[in-house]
Amino acid sequence: MQQPNKLKPFFENLNFERKDNTMVINFGPQHPSAHGQLRLVLELQGEQVVKAYPDIGYLHRGVEKMAENMIYNEFLPTTDRLDYIASTANNYAFALAVERLLGIEDKVPRRAKVIRTMLLELNRIISHLFFLATHALDVGAMSIFLYAFREREFAMDLMEDYCGARLTHSAVRIGGVPLDLPPGWIENLSNFLNKLPDQIKLYEDLLTENRIWKMRLEDVGVVSKEMALEWGCTGPMLRGSGIAYDVRKEEPYELYDELDFDIPVTDRCDSYGRYRLYMEEMKESIKILRQLISMYPKTEPKLMAHAPKYISAPKEEIMTQNYALMQHFVLVTQGMRPPKGTVYAPTESPKGELGFFIRSEGEPYAYRLKVRAPSFFHTGLLQDLLVGCYVADVVTIIGSTNIVFGEVDR
Amino acid sequence: MRRYTPKDNVQKKAKYTDRFWVAPQVPREEVEEGSFFETVIDELKSNNIELLDFYVELGQLVIHIKPEDNVKTLKTLKEKSCFKMCSELSAIDYLAQDGEFEVFYQLLNLDKAQRARVITRIKEDQAIESVEKVYRMANFAEREMYDMFGIYVNNHSYLKRILMPDDWVGHPLRKTYPLQGDEHAQWYEVDKIFGKEYRDIIGPENRDPARVDRYDTQRFARVGHEVPFGADPELVDKTDTPIESRYSKTFLTDYTKGSKELENRR
Repeated sequence: MQQPNKLKPFFENLNFERKDNTMVINFGPQHPSAHGQLRLVLELQGEQVVKAYPDIGYLHRGVEKMAENMIYNEFLPTTDRLDYIASTANNYAFALAVERLLGIEDKVPRRAKVIRTMLLELNRIISHLFFLATHALDVGAMSIFLYAFREREFAMDLMEDYCGARLTHSAVRIGGVPLDLPPGWIENLSNFLNKLPDQIKLYEDLLTENRIWKMRLEDVGVVSKEMALEWGCTGPMLRGSGIAYDVRKEEPYELYDELDFDIPVTDRCDSYGRYRLYMEEMKESIKILRQLISMYPKTEPKLMAHAPKYISAPKEEIMTQNYALMQHFVLVTQGMRPPKGTVYAPTESPKGELGFFIRSEGEPYAYRLKVRAPSFFHTGLLQDLLVGCYVADVVTIIGSTNIVFGEVDR
Repeated sequence: MRRYTPKDNVQKKAKYTDRFWVAPQVPREEVEEGSFFETVIDELKSNNIELLDFYVELGQLVIHIKPEDNVKTLKTLKEKSCFKMCSELSAIDYLAQDGEFEVFYQLLNLDKAQRARVITRIKEDQAIESVEKVYRMANFAEREMYDMFGIYVNNHSYLKRILMPDDWVGHPLRKTYPLQGDEHAQWYEVDKIFGKEYRDIIGPENRDPARVDRYDTQRFARVGHEVPFGADPELVDKTDTPIESRYSKTFLTDYTKGSKELENRR
């Protein structure tokens, strides 16, 4: 056995057993199914959890503080590091908040909108496949992990072809997108979309009626309607509790009001219902992407909004026109100065409602930026959700809440 | 003369601002008659809540109230106007300008898909009542607010730091919070885990991920100069001549027929 000393502390010898027959165990922060750096302190009575206390902050990097000390464009790549499974969703949420503040949301060219919506939905598929893979792995279905990651790799390749990065995309800019789709990308995307439904069917065949899967997931982690509202749950956590609310439908942004898609809802309230939701949402994303592919060729090849006060002119103009170059220089060195005011722009990220609250005092630096991260509240929910369940179900419940710690700790 | 730096706001500021430049304001609209927001305002007024100001900003209703009324207001909004979800709750530091914090509650009505923001201002040493009884999510959000700004929340069930370590000094999102650490912060982990006397032994933190310490015998640092794990660095030859590896040797073997190389190796 390791000899504990001051340099190598050894915590296993701490006495966690109490007189009242409850046992306190530490779950994480380095537990493989804690989905990052979650430390859960569980008080157990036999096999049953009587108290759960999520201890977070192990991944705290002070993103909100950094935002106050960076110009708006400088901060955009930092948002990648929030929900690192679906970075474009964060980039977009931030860009949307700034665009609303600047009042240029309608000026974003249509092609940029098509590309952004494509990237958002592709990210949703990437994130949901990741959810399925890790959730199934946590519960014990190893092969699903391999199948889902194989498909996710193709989606990541598409992201890589577009922006050059696999995880930290920064593929969206304030006012548009930096690049047009590379040649052949659309064909690759439609190839991917043709293959994906068969893969989803494969996952469903393996899991949906699987006896073990159902035993592990059904009636585990029941989030009642009231609980979901009280805790500010959003996304599949809310829709899994029978409340049909999706920001894409209710407060549409980008092209979602033109697209034809459904919002899957279930009132099962348990992990199994949420699993079914994720599968259905992927199918809806495929539907959306197919519509976007046919929209793309009808658009003008313009990518960035024309708002010379806030956004640099296209590269050709900068290189040929003196005034465009001057403005570009000012925007890069000093940064844009949005008007004074407050904005809260909600978007539907794969995890739930991701919103950026920005208070601007007319300076190139945001006076206050608050990230409304869905996972933060889903983590808080654990302290109510885990009470009364068995210790074997804890991992299932954490997996089913789909929390990402970049977002929780910020 | 050295430049005077303000101590009440140490955040980064614009290096240059045109002296004739006036920041525009995001348009604030009146609450339209007959709209949903008007019924919300009427409901609040009929419950004797003093509204300091209200307007619509970028499609969201903004209501300014007194800090004592926060629980009452949110309860009314939740029960009467169906703002069933509180999506966010936090504060903004205005200590340098007004000596006040601005606390905001971002609410959502799911049926009408309308959002409202309740804003209240408190003095620096003033506590605010917890809204945990109205919206359970405030349990986490108010803890974060306390952690980041040092705003005390009365009647909160478990007011404790959430993102920063329990023994942290200072509240990071205040404008007075320094952007770079001091000596205490630099040695925080060393002092905490090992004690101050270990500062010399461990040395200052090195943040260069590409740094290779040739004399480190534990972390794969002696590439090409391998020694047994944890060997005493004093005993290790400190010259630049590579040490003969005693574990394995890579042979460049010629596998073509007739070559004796492979047999030699066997």
